Amino acid sequence: MHWGVVVFPGSNCDHDAYHVIHRVIGQPVDFIWHECNKLQGYDAIVLPGGFAYGDYLRTGAIAKFSPVMKAVQSFAAAGGLVLGICNGFQILCESGLLPGALMRNHGLEFLCKHVHIRTENILLPFTQNLSPGQVLKVPIAHMEGNYYADSMTLDELEANQQVVFRYSTEEGEITKESNPNGSARNIAGICNRAGNVMGMMPHPERASEMLLGSEDGRVIFESMVGSLVAR
Amino acid sequence: MKAEVIVSLKKTVLDPQGKAIHHAIESLGFRSVTEVRQGKVFEIQLTGIQDEATAREEVERIAREVLTNPVIEEFSFILKN
Repeated sequence: MHWGVVVFPGSNCDHDAYHVIHRVIGQPVDFIWHECNKLQGYDAIVLPGGFAYGDYLRTGAIAKFSPVMKAVQSFAAAGGLVLGICNGFQILCESGLLPGALMRNHGLEFLCKHVHIRTENILLPFTQNLSPGQVLKVPIAHMEGNYYADSMTLDELEANQQVVFRYSTEEGEITKESNPNGSARNIAGICNRAGNVMGMMPHPERASEMLLGSEDGRVIFESMVGSLVAR
Repeated sequence: MKAEVIVSLKKTVLDPQGKAIHHAIESLGFRSVTEVRQGKVFEIQLTGIQDEATAREEVERIAREVLTNPVIEEFSFILKN
């Protein structure tokens, strides 16, 4: 199994993702420069957090035109696993690989704190090691994390089990107070219809070792390894 | 030829920045303002295009494919000589 972490000019969580994949879960991994236009030989691709191309115009708006994103499109269409974290999630939405958009946080402030998210779908390559409704403690760090889609799209996401994580209380209750950024229906992470592309605003790579205050995020990477082994 | 493209959030999308600006305006004592929506303006310089129809077509494509995210935004533009 070979992993790739895409590096855009302005990515800043690329090394964190690389570290978790390489050191914590012990998988072979490469950095992939944004000018690369082929993703042969990879099983899983991570689009890391940061500010790709400075987030000029809109978050992810310039990144979607990069050569590597064309390659990610074909890679995803062929069934490869794609995980977009934070800015990576924004890029996946801009590229049309995931529906909806990430808007400015409702409170207009940059948010950097631990939050709780409840697992809504455990039948995915990203969540197969989780239990139904399992609550994870992971950090968020974003200005544009307010998930928006029109109500028809939201209903479709729910009907197809594409909502993967929702912001919740520590006990797993979905409340207005536990929604940090105003996201529609408390959505923190979604997947595509086929279930091989997932985007999430919280950072599981920053919560994969107890040294950093939580290791709840590691299970997402371990789930991906498990699903790739089973392929 | 020059194009001025205005990109704004769709009317159905909440605009918390516009709301914050509205509050600031109110706090200065302006009572006549009922709503503020924030947007972006792009000035695009074009060369080598003679007719207006071609310019319209190009600017429209640029606005649709690059300048806006159709999920949340809409655009309008004017051409100037």
